[in-house]
Amino acid sequence: MYDIIIIGAGVVGSSIARVLSKYKLKIAVLDKEVDICEQTSKANSGIVHSGYDAHVGSMKAKMNLRGSKMMEKLCQELDVPYRRNGSMVLALSLEDLPKLAILKTQGDTNGVEGLRILTRDEAIKMEPNLSNEVAGALFAPTGGIVDPFKLTIASAEIAFQNGVEFKLKTKVIDVEKHDDHFVVFTDKGELITKVLVNAAGVYADDFNNQLSAHKLKITPRKGEYCLFDKQVGNLVDKTIFQLPTNLGKGVLVTPTPDGNLLVGPTANDIIDKDDISTTAEGLKSVVDRAKKSVKQIPMGFVITAFAGLRATEQNGDFVIGEAADVPNFYNAAGIESPGLTSAPAIGEYLGEMISQKLHAVAKSDYVKIRKDTVRFESLSLAEKAAIIKENPEYGKIICRCELVTLAQIKDAIHRPLGATTLDGIKRRTRAGAGRCQAGFCSPRVIEILAKELHLDPREIAKNDNNSVMLIEFDKDSL
Amino acid sequence: MINHDIVIIGGGPAGLAAAISCYENGNQDIIILERDNSLGGILNQCIHNGFGLHTFKEELTGPEYAARYVAKVQSLGIDYRLNTMVIDISKDKVVSSINETDGLMQIQAKAIILTMGCRERSRGALNIPGYRPAGIFSAGTAQRYVNIEGYMPGRQIVILGSGDIGLIMARRLTLEGALVKMVCEIMPYSGGLKRNIVQCLDDYNIPLRLNHTVTKIFGKERVTGVMVSEVDAFRQPIPSTEEYVECDTLLLSVGLIPENELSRKAEVAINQKTQGPEVDESLSTSIPGIFAAGNVLHVHDLVDYVSMEAALAGKNAVKYVQGLLKTGLSIVIESKNGVRYTVPGTINPDNAEDITVVRFRTSDVYRDAYLSVYLDDERVMHLKKRILTPGEMEQIVIPKKWFAERPNLKKITIMVEKE
Amino acid sequence: MVKETKNIICIGCPMGCPLTVEIEDGKIKSITGYTCKRGEEYAKKEVTNPRRTVTSIVPVVAGELDMVSVKTKTDIPKNKIKDCMLALKNLKVDAPIDIGDVIIENVCETGVPIIATKAVKRR
Repeated sequence: MYDIIIIGAGVVGSSIARVLSKYKLKIAVLDKEVDICEQTSKANSGIVHSGYDAHVGSMKAKMNLRGSKMMEKLCQELDVPYRRNGSMVLALSLEDLPKLAILKTQGDTNGVEGLRILTRDEAIKMEPNLSNEVAGALFAPTGGIVDPFKLTIASAEIAFQNGVEFKLKTKVIDVEKHDDHFVVFTDKGELITKVLVNAAGVYADDFNNQLSAHKLKITPRKGEYCLFDKQVGNLVDKTIFQLPTNLGKGVLVTPTPDGNLLVGPTANDIIDKDDISTTAEGLKSVVDRAKKSVKQIPMGFVITAFAGLRATEQNGDFVIGEAADVPNFYNAAGIESPGLTSAPAIGEYLGEMISQKLHAVAKSDYVKIRKDTVRFESLSLAEKAAIIKENPEYGKIICRCELVTLAQIKDAIHRPLGATTLDGIKRRTRAGAGRCQAGFCSPRVIEILAKELHLDPREIAKNDNNSVMLIEFDKDSL
Repeated sequence: MINHDIVIIGGGPAGLAAAISCYENGNQDIIILERDNSLGGILNQCIHNGFGLHTFKEELTGPEYAARYVAKVQSLGIDYRLNTMVIDISKDKVVSSINETDGLMQIQAKAIILTMGCRERSRGALNIPGYRPAGIFSAGTAQRYVNIEGYMPGRQIVILGSGDIGLIMARRLTLEGALVKMVCEIMPYSGGLKRNIVQCLDDYNIPLRLNHTVTKIFGKERVTGVMVSEVDAFRQPIPSTEEYVECDTLLLSVGLIPENELSRKAEVAINQKTQGPEVDESLSTSIPGIFAAGNVLHVHDLVDYVSMEAALAGKNAVKYVQGLLKTGLSIVIESKNGVRYTVPGTINPDNAEDITVVRFRTSDVYRDAYLSVYLDDERVMHLKKRILTPGEMEQIVIPKKWFAERPNLKKITIMVEKE
Repeated sequence: MVKETKNIICIGCPMGCPLTVEIEDGKIKSITGYTCKRGEEYAKKEVTNPRRTVTSIVPVVAGELDMVSVKTKTDIPKNKIKDCMLALKNLKVDAPIDIGDVIIENVCETGVPIIATKAVKRR
């Protein structure tokens, strides 16, 4: 019997697992996907929101603020790329200026530090590429950007290193409440646990509704993005928002921690919880709306487009805590934006709650610090020389766009919860994330994955079992 | 820091020809830095024939063409490093590279020849909506799988874009056992060579759908099909023409982009049309002593011209090291009326060879038109052309005597004229 | 008398000249449209006996490379292409291999050998 089973290995599930791994508890994280960070956590804006746009008193406001304050130190401990670049909300007409003041008041009440209203001139001085329509802006110096893959992967790695089991490719089919335990039915068999944590993203309502009378309804809200070449990554320095609407925070324009430019997302409620396809209308709308924030969108430099799903709960707030009618069943549901920012806080909040409930004892040998895969590209020439001397495989470039070396790829495969797919390698090392979009490196990465994992190249997949890259040998079908 | 007179970045066809030319023009202090594990560059995976008709007067395959240059480089004893990635070039010509055995290697060069080639335009640049499943490959990546590694990327294939690599891969995949359902081309004409349409598509009854594009990709894990649609005169899809085509693979052959990230680090000026460096008659970039040739400069369709161009760059790099390249006023080559760009973009008569070859592509298809050259306002060349098409590179030859006859010449204009 | 006109595109070089061949009773009466001798020869061949060079790869045993590229030494009849590919199926060659080494002596009774187009050293 497990003490705790967490459904979902996204940033929320992994954060909860990380915090609970401090205690002497038997914990498993289940996920239907082949890797951690496969759904909403892999396709979002990567923003650390400062916290002005959550309604006062909401769970969102509480978790956002706490998460925003935790992020810098946590990212240091977990060796996750993070930068406090500050953010700006633009008013694009004089009529919108009062809305900035309202937003500021809300932020001040929420406890966001340093909010300031900027005149048009001040805003343009700070960000010269803002559009001519800008009438003023709310500046939030505590806004930041974080690598969402790395935040998730790092949290999961720490949990794993501290003894949490990760059962991937394990789909939860049904959950049952018994007197003092839950039975979790998966496609790989049954598991029994004292405490069940629901961090199942867009599917969280399914599991809640199987156990609790307090029904949830989660609608996937699709957001489409365009990602741009690093050559234009400095179009803006801060994260540029427009005034929020009832569907979300609108289209943003931001640098990423790796130096790309990201534009998006749209916000469309859909039905299919697996539909992460981009649409012609969506991509057009992203660009059209982003053009209102900045002078020009360098369309010639788009390197990819993607879509993600927000898990939007009908009541508009996060649902976090023990279900009132189901003791030992904890929800972390409806975690839409600012979910990434909030995830570490949700981890702490639920972690404290559950560990107290279980009277858990802290471990003495808890590993808290993580070292990421070396980011070779960002090293100085002298550091590059030194590390190649130490391990010559740092001298072998596999991905030329992002300057990723053989040593990094092997590390990504062999480190805790290592990569087994092309996408797994990409999220851990950035091989294939650059301007040629894996054109050059994918044959090489497939070869390395096959060799290191003792697999046939025909078994190597992009991201799951059915997404193999190579079908057969030449002439097999002749 | 080590020193070499001439550092050549890239050991593909351009780099090899440049190196041989440097040597033969009198400079032996050369080093080629190649990122792959063998010399020859992309030719190693271009196993089809059709290379070398101009250079060797016979039809060779890519590997055979490369092997002749590699053999020459080796017999001349020209130094080269494999598996060596150049990570930085400074404008004062320090080349920083890394590999497993030398670690970080910094070379102070007197001259640099950029021969890094090009990369393929990816799906992202097209912004085709849909899922992001496995089974979407650029044609060159598929070529590597099929021709170097021996693996098939799929069984039922749709190719978007009729660039030469796409056409060549249509035939290769068919021969190796796949079913190529169609090649879609958004333009009203093919971007590839005529011979490739005949030999790679017509021979195998593969339809070429001009004015068609892929508007959506289906399949969450692996491609299951694509939506193909006809486009209007503005290249916008016509909704009523949508057709679903089942396939497990989408191959993209939608253009090549000169790979100039290193050139930018050295602050070399880039031409917006070619995406390659701005060069003069000597193939010198905006930074004196840095030269460029081959697909890093502009995308070629014949390797023979790459070799010729690179040999010129090599010769001039040697001259530069000897201090024999003159600085001074250049004559601008203006491209207009259907001439999209020219390489070179300027000519300094003091440095011009007996003839200067000016290469260019047209921006549209022209039939029974004329290619004209004006020296200032005087038309000096008027060549009847049965066909001009963007898919095939054109060239005109400018004799040096024109400059001697016209000491005050300011501008050369190259254009397409109806009559 | 049977008259026939065939329009073909010359593949002798990238020019891609459009050629017109007039045939009377199975005999070539005239060829027009070519701009060099190769075009005329191609038209004759293409109308009477179309031929192609076939290129492919073959797995290598104990080589520094896993695959060696190969070609028919000269062109072969167009209708033999498929048989030629089948002849290469399930074939393996031992390293070392040099450019020009014969892989198959006389492929599909065409009288044409298949030769290596790449050198592969022994591992």
